[in-house]
Amino acid sequence: MADDTETADTETAETEAADTEAADQETAEEAAPEVETAYGCPVTYSRGQKVIHPSRGEWLDVAVQLLADGWNMCVDVTSVDYLSYGVARELPAGVNAERFEVVASFISHSRAERIRVRIQVPGDDPTVGSLYALYPGSDYLEREVFDLMGISFEGHPDMSRILMPETWQGHPLRKDYEVGVIPVQFKAPAGKGSE
Amino acid sequence: MTLITNVQDQGLEGLDHNVITAPIEQLVNWARARSSWPATFGLACCAIEMMATGGSHYDLARLGMEVFRASPRQADVMIVAGRVSQKMAPVLRQIYDQMMEPKWVISMGVCASSGGMFNNYAIVQGVDQIVPVDVYAPGCPPGPETLLHAITTLHTKIETGELLQRRQETGAGANLTVEQLDGQGVSQVVQIGKKA
Amino acid sequence: MTAVEQAPVADTTDVAETIDPASGQLDKLPRRHSVLRMSEVRAAELMDSDPIDGENDQTMLMNMGPSHPSTHGVLRLMLELDGETVVRSKPVVGYLHTGMEKTAETLTFLQGPTNVTRMDYAAPLFNELVFSLATEELIGMEVPPRATWIRMLMCELNRISSHLLFMATNGMDLGAVSMMIYGWREREQVLRFFQKVTGLRMNHNYIRPGGVAADLPDGWRDDVLALMEMLPPRLEEYDILMTGQPIWRDRLQGVGVISQDEAIALSATGPILRSTGVAWDLRREMPYLAYPDVDFDIVVGSYGDSFDRYAIRLNEIRESMRIVHQCLDMMPEGDYRAGDAKVTPPPRARIDESMEALIHHFKIFTEGFKVPEGEVYVAVESPRGELGCYMVSDGGSHPYRMHIRGPSFVNLQTMPHMMADSLIADAVAVISSVDPILGEVDR
Ligand code: SF4
Repeated sequence: MADDTETADTETAETEAADTEAADQETAEEAAPEVETAYGCPVTYSRGQKVIHPSRGEWLDVAVQLLADGWNMCVDVTSVDYLSYGVARELPAGVNAERFEVVASFISHSRAERIRVRIQVPGDDPTVGSLYALYPGSDYLEREVFDLMGISFEGHPDMSRILMPETWQGHPLRKDYEVGVIPVQFKAPAGKGSE
Repeated sequence: MTLITNVQDQGLEGLDHNVITAPIEQLVNWARARSSWPATFGLACCAIEMMATGGSHYDLARLGMEVFRASPRQADVMIVAGRVSQKMAPVLRQIYDQMMEPKWVISMGVCASSGGMFNNYAIVQGVDQIVPVDVYAPGCPPGPETLLHAITTLHTKIETGELLQRRQETGAGANLTVEQLDGQGVSQVVQIGKKA
Repeated sequence: MTAVEQAPVADTTDVAETIDPASGQLDKLPRRHSVLRMSEVRAAELMDSDPIDGENDQTMLMNMGPSHPSTHGVLRLMLELDGETVVRSKPVVGYLHTGMEKTAETLTFLQGPTNVTRMDYAAPLFNELVFSLATEELIGMEVPPRATWIRMLMCELNRISSHLLFMATNGMDLGAVSMMIYGWREREQVLRFFQKVTGLRMNHNYIRPGGVAADLPDGWRDDVLALMEMLPPRLEEYDILMTGQPIWRDRLQGVGVISQDEAIALSATGPILRSTGVAWDLRREMPYLAYPDVDFDIVVGSYGDSFDRYAIRLNEIRESMRIVHQCLDMMPEGDYRAGDAKVTPPPRARIDESMEALIHHFKIFTEGFKVPEGEVYVAVESPRGELGCYMVSDGGSHPYRMHIRGPSFVNLQTMPHMMADSLIADAVAVISSVDPILGEVDR
């Protein structure tokens, strides 16, 4: 499964991007050997919480390693649309910021620890490998991301809308989707003068 | 039959039991008001308060309303308790259509009444866009007292027959708004800072 | 309810066949074929089409909900039935989707708890807590000990009221209607205390970034003690009424069984996970607030059935009472919110005296306070499991993105597995024992 996605990825228009990304990462690693890595991906700490940043191609391989390494539960899968994020994003060297980010959190029951994975997903090709076969508990969470953010997960058995009606257009949590505020009309209470 | 002949023969002296005379319409309305069964339409947080109203402390049974009917065919009042999403709206209308006439709608909580604080893509901004509403109960959530107030208001209107008439004329609901009686709506002076 | 006989539905794509299950947790799910994957359009087509005559292996597609008395609000289930046995099922959610995560982006951090508290409306304080903790984590601020202990006290009382609600609805779903009345009666007492403290019976907006909204009122200790005295005999009553009663046991024991592997693979948390024997409780394993300082036990089951989940919740009420007692003993004096002038509004008394305080008060409520950029995931143990909040800030006064990981939403995935090959009457018991709160599922 993991290999499939990887080849599928490289087959798409992503070839160059993936290459440069990989190259970037290599140079980054050479230049700054003290960058902490885990499962072959750069590690950052956000408010003391451990975050790893695999590339989209590596992602499922990393997930296989995570599962083998005792991260036995995938507690959360969500996503962020960084379209209108005003400030520079803190990403380790070698990771290219993209519009979307898929964020998955894992827990290890034996070690009582958490780890978070952030994957950059480009806005023009919002797809990423599905965790379903590895962590079936990600089923609904991935569907929710698909529904509200429009990122589809390859290999998921049922990539369909979960919260919005099936016929709904658009993905509400994207930053270019309006909140949909309807202006409120206030009526003067009966008897009080209204202009 | 004897009753009628007795009355015919002796006038009102012929009555040997208690008898109430009233126009049939009044009797029907009285009966309707006292056994208006609600349809379960609990949606969100307000539904919990609606169920609490049915619980032992507030005891909706006093008003002949404790039988929440799951089948719309057996229900008279629909208490829309909670926010109505775009996905739920068609279901709500369908259930309303399945209810027998005469039927009434109480919109419970600000979400059902106006969308409340959720003015966004997902929530219908007021259930009155979908079904006619007779009584609005304000609050988020309206406490059981407010809901009871809304219910008794509705009952009064049913009993006087006002509500039936109005509906016949316009097809719209009565659009009454009751006061919030549960003490949660008024802003109280809270001592901020040190403990008193 | 529409029901039309149909030949077994064959349009499900089961990816399990194309993936090597050995590498993942998928093979830990022996009943994964019980998950019905069918679009509503397809289901409607099937329901409208004529039944095929003369076939014995026909199954029936039945719709349950979204307005159904035993689906806890607006859950809808698509069930594929063979006679009265559930073959496959699909929970359909979204009927209460409120767009809260989107709305959260338009509200300031101070207004945020108003929004999130309406998610899990049976346990609103936990939503506020997780939101506040995430915000505080982003700011890197400390809250005073009294605030922490008040939070803990209120949350444990909320856990009690939430589990009492479960007792009530669980009883109602299974036909023990008197239990419903009892459950509401006791919950009402807890709510009364909440109203005294927060002004509201539900959706309190009491726990806010920086502390809590107001100090505990005078006489709170007596009120809590009165509650703590009222509850134990009532819990005994429940035990007599239900726990030991053969009908109750028959309805629940061995119904909706889930194995430990399945629960973990399906990311179940809370009483569902604990019913399979995993002693996993965030209060113990990844402590927050002042939980390391209090003494309590984690209740675990051993069979993973509905009865275990019922018993766990009943006994968690008792454990919560233990924590509440300790909160009473250890409640420190001091401020009930952080003195950080940037985050919390100035005390009321100062507003009358000082112009700066007035301006500052005005600014906090109109503009909100700024939160440094970054992202954080914080989780607490709600009555239903791990309630997480993933928050991204871009340095402004509104969250850039706020995601709530609702335990009910994730736990809902266990439902088809628990229901597989059980009777439809047991399906009701399963829904009830998962205890989903649809506001949190759909957000
Ligand atoms: S009015 Fe308030 S309590 Fe009622 S559904 Fe809306 S948010 Fe919930």
